[in-house]
Amino acid sequence: MLSLTAEDIQAILLSLKVALTATLLALPLGFATAWLMVFRSFRGKVLLEVLVNLPLTLPPVVIGYFLLLLLGKNGWAGRFLDAWGIHFIFTWKAAVIASATVGFPLLVRSVRLGMESIDRQLIETSRSLGARWFDTLITVVLPLSIRGILAGSSLMFARSLGEFGATIIVAGNIPGITQTIPLAIYDYASSPSSTMMALSLCLVAVVISVLVLFVHEVLSRNIEKQEAA
Amino acid sequence: MRLQIDVAKTQGHFTLQAAAAVEGQRTGIFGQSGCGKSTLVHLISGLLQPDRGEIAIDGLTLFSSEKKISLPPEQRRIAIVFQQAMLFPHLGVKANLLYGYKRCSKANRRIDPQAIIDVLQLEPLLSRGVNRLSGGEKQRVALGRSVLSNPRLLLMDEPLSALDDTLRFQIIPYLKSVSAEFGIPYLFISHSVLEMQLMTDRILVMKEGKIIEETSPDQLARNRMATSQTGYLNLLHLEEPSVENGLYSYPWGSGRLLVSDGQEGKTSLFELSSRDIILFKQHPKAISARNLLACTVTELFRSDGRLGVVLSSCGKKLIAEIVRSAAEELDITEGSTIFAAIKASSFRRLD
Repeated sequence: MLSLTAEDIQAILLSLKVALTATLLALPLGFATAWLMVFRSFRGKVLLEVLVNLPLTLPPVVIGYFLLLLLGKNGWAGRFLDAWGIHFIFTWKAAVIASATVGFPLLVRSVRLGMESIDRQLIETSRSLGARWFDTLITVVLPLSIRGILAGSSLMFARSLGEFGATIIVAGNIPGITQTIPLAIYDYASSPSSTMMALSLCLVAVVISVLVLFVHEVLSRNIEKQEAA
Repeated sequence: MRLQIDVAKTQGHFTLQAAAAVEGQRTGIFGQSGCGKSTLVHLISGLLQPDRGEIAIDGLTLFSSEKKISLPPEQRRIAIVFQQAMLFPHLGVKANLLYGYKRCSKANRRIDPQAIIDVLQLEPLLSRGVNRLSGGEKQRVALGRSVLSNPRLLLMDEPLSALDDTLRFQIIPYLKSVSAEFGIPYLFISHSVLEMQLMTDRILVMKEGKIIEETSPDQLARNRMATSQTGYLNLLHLEEPSVENGLYSYPWGSGRLLVSDGQEGKTSLFELSSRDIILFKQHPKAISARNLLACTVTELFRSDGRLGVVLSSCGKKLIAEIVRSAAEELDITEGSTIFAAIKASSFRRLD
């Protein structure tokens, strides 16, 4: 009953690749941003907060359009990258950037929640025992916010799998090159004869989502067990 | 250890302005909560920057706004023991213990981990997870961890406040022995006069963000006799009791004391409130209290409308507390002889 064409399989693999790359790329930046927001006080903190959360409230299409303006041939960053021979627009890398931008606030929020639950005195203890701030970051803050990082990564990965609006604008909908699962379903949905094909891909999307949630659940249980030991 | 401090720090509506120079291995910082003790701990350890001023330990400048010096906390080698043990929950007992030791340069490693494990009796805890330890065990591990970082100073920020009474007096000997055995000076921060008496030699008293006086533990206890809920607490180390009629009879100076709550074969620490000593001008022929001591009054002192009577008996010293009118009726002056009655149940065993 499940009928997948070669293009469908390409779309599935591309979706996974884009979601994974976007999550891995956003992780260090998200961790750093969350750390800044939780542990540092500086001018313009509110501004950073608004900026980080903006993709959560903006329509993805708007984000896609801004990214297009930014990364396009005549865009501010696009011109700079062009000089180095790097082109993003209408490649799978553009899909990664679109997914990373849209999912970033979800990641930061989760990591932040994890960091906020760390007792400040644990950090102070670490410093007073001779650890530099970076040492403390790696040996205390990172392991103690691991649950938030895990939750954030799962959320971001799942959100990236579903990314549509921003992706279609910056990466287009080119089968085999930039067509991810949602874009493929969109194509199928516009022709009445392809209902089965669309349903098959929908089923795949459901399976992947369930798997992501399942892995997240298992990992966080493991962490919980370790902490109780 | 010689600590020189002269700092100012404003946080919101609270301003700390502390200046003092103290010397000694066992220094106390006493004050009610909110007086700025913890802020001072943060300033000394480098976790917080003073707005201006200078902090130096044994001639080494840790902070100076004038000379633009501010050592980061990891270079100050000042370890903190907080009220809560603050063990790293993601690490085991052993990794917690060695956290500071591993980060201490080889040249500064004077203390051997095994020695601390022995003194604090941590061996049976080493293989356990930190979440499986009791409150007292956690605090012992935290203490060991701090000492193993080979600090030049230990800051104990209300380390006993989260423990119940029994545990508190079980931990005190550990705190003392660790500092004495390994020669680490400490600053002991607390709002308990009794803890000050047990743990310190000199005390800085803080109030509303200022250090208002430098005093001795005994003087502190005397000053607070009238206002404290428990009066002045006489501390008695008693040992080798014999049992008489269901009471424990302890040698005390040239005499003996009868105590209800003793412990055979052990040295025990007892507290006796100044308010539990009843004074008689003449020998009462028969009383229910089991201890009747012939005393000489060696000193009288005032404490907020009450009178402290320093008694000498059997070559030992006790402080009793009476109101002014009682003093007149008893006709107490320095040098007068008097009888003191103490119930056997008034001695409270601390450990």
